[in-house]
Amino acid sequence: MSENKGLEVRVVSASGVCGSGFKEESLEEAIGRKPHFIGCDGGSTDPGPYPLGAGITSFPRVSIKRDLRLMILAARKAGIPLLIGSAGTAGGMPHVAAVKEVVEEIAAEENLKFPMAVITAEQDKDYLKKRLREGRIKPLDPAPDFDEAVIDRSSRIVGMMGEEPFMKALDNGAEVVIAGRASDCAIFAGIPIRQGIPAGVAWHAAKILECGAASVEQRKSPDCIMATCGSDNFVVEPLDPDLRCTPQSIAAHSLYENADPYRLVESNGTIDLTKSDYEALDNRRVIVRGSDFIPAKTYTVKLEGSEKVGYQSVIIGSIRDPFIIRQIDDWVERLNERVHARVAEVYGGAISADDYIFNVRIYGKNGTMGPLEPVKEVTSHELCLLFEVTAADQETASAIAAVTRHQALHLPIPEWSGLITGVACPYNPSYLERGAVYRFCVNHVVEPDDPYEMFPIDYVNVH
Amino acid sequence: MATLGELARLIRSKNAGPFELTFDIMFADREVYERVKQSGVLSREAVARRYGLPADKVKFFECDNALAFKASIPRPVFQGDVNDSDGHGGQQYVPLMEIEVPGQ
Repeated sequence: MSENKGLEVRVVSASGVCGSGFKEESLEEAIGRKPHFIGCDGGSTDPGPYPLGAGITSFPRVSIKRDLRLMILAARKAGIPLLIGSAGTAGGMPHVAAVKEVVEEIAAEENLKFPMAVITAEQDKDYLKKRLREGRIKPLDPAPDFDEAVIDRSSRIVGMMGEEPFMKALDNGAEVVIAGRASDCAIFAGIPIRQGIPAGVAWHAAKILECGAASVEQRKSPDCIMATCGSDNFVVEPLDPDLRCTPQSIAAHSLYENADPYRLVESNGTIDLTKSDYEALDNRRVIVRGSDFIPAKTYTVKLEGSEKVGYQSVIIGSIRDPFIIRQIDDWVERLNERVHARVAEVYGGAISADDYIFNVRIYGKNGTMGPLEPVKEVTSHELCLLFEVTAADQETASAIAAVTRHQALHLPIPEWSGLITGVACPYNPSYLERGAVYRFCVNHVVEPDDPYEMFPIDYVNVH
Repeated sequence: MATLGELARLIRSKNAGPFELTFDIMFADREVYERVKQSGVLSREAVARRYGLPADKVKFFECDNALAFKASIPRPVFQGDVNDSDGHGGQQYVPLMEIEVPGQ
């Protein structure tokens, strides 16, 4: 270790997500500290299965362009690499293409020239079927069923790359790297490890960096953060002088969005935080020691996939009548029967209950928590109902929603005799067309031959 | 007696990926964290009970350096699927707020 004394790799993360923003002054402040590179994560599964399935970005193009422009200008001026992972939210082909186009637009507008690498992460269906047949796709826990039919049905499946494809792109001369779906930490870990920073230090620093300034004590808005990695520790520091990191805020950050706060699994090993020690250097910087990285026996690449469930139409309605409210579960069950019966009648058997999903959410009862709701008694004086129809096409979904409206409005209850109108509808027409809806269809890992085979790299001279 | 909701600096829930929900129960000072820890009212079993799950489905951690407890459970419905009610998993923590902690 002694030859590494004085070794220092300074890393800037511009923001938790490219497109969510950061302060321009914070990035300027960071550049003043002479970082070795700038990294930024561009994606997440947090926006749900839709961006992955539909091929769209979660943040608007204009906000991605704002963040990218500042990052590219800062990196070019400082002469340091810029690494973007999980481009365009989901990191599939259309997402990467959209971000590449934005980069080229910025370069043209700013009159910049640079070598760029574009690493794709969308997986070929035949490749996945081959690996599945070889027994080299394995489930995580919990995982949906995954077979060749799911692969065929899926709209898009991406692999989550490790740090290796980023390093290969840099080795081949790229100065800006736009990568498809990538491990958030992999964006930040490769360069420090290459420079001689121990893997435990580099990966734990990467874990803090990937969320931008989310690990500060009192997060105000997304911002930049910096880590200085050394031979046996790293120091975290926010760039906005009004923000502070404390030992508790940094320790607590490893809890966020992880199922296990001490062990974080990456493609080539596990970040082990059981012995991490956090100490305040002053009132806004924290030094972290003792983090470990346990290499994996088998290299794995996590898959994320999205399949189209169908097309949805929804009706928002509310109920104020206490007679209906006190029998709401029974009322919904009777509505269910009537909708299915009427649909069978209308379509003459061409569409049966198995061909669409009819779901009623009851806000004021368990709309938020569903099966996890411990409160069983309804005490609200009004309920909001969301009637959802998901079918093979939009026309069918809306037709069944229209049937639902009429059935729900006039569903009789024993307390009243005569025709009632039991649901208040705020919108006209009463239903909203939601378009295509998707679901995540895979929570598995692939065992590839090497870290590169799933992630082809295209080199582009941007000018 | 006080509830966790009164004692914690933050109780939150969030997706840990599309297939799991995770809960963080965080404290501002060590004394209160230790009081909750020593009381034993917050445990794998207590979380399992609150969410109607068998205890072996709950991951549970005491994080001394973060003054925090953490629990993770499988999602009842995968994130974004047709019957999912909370795409980010952000409003699932309330049953933990009501856990009563002895002492003062």
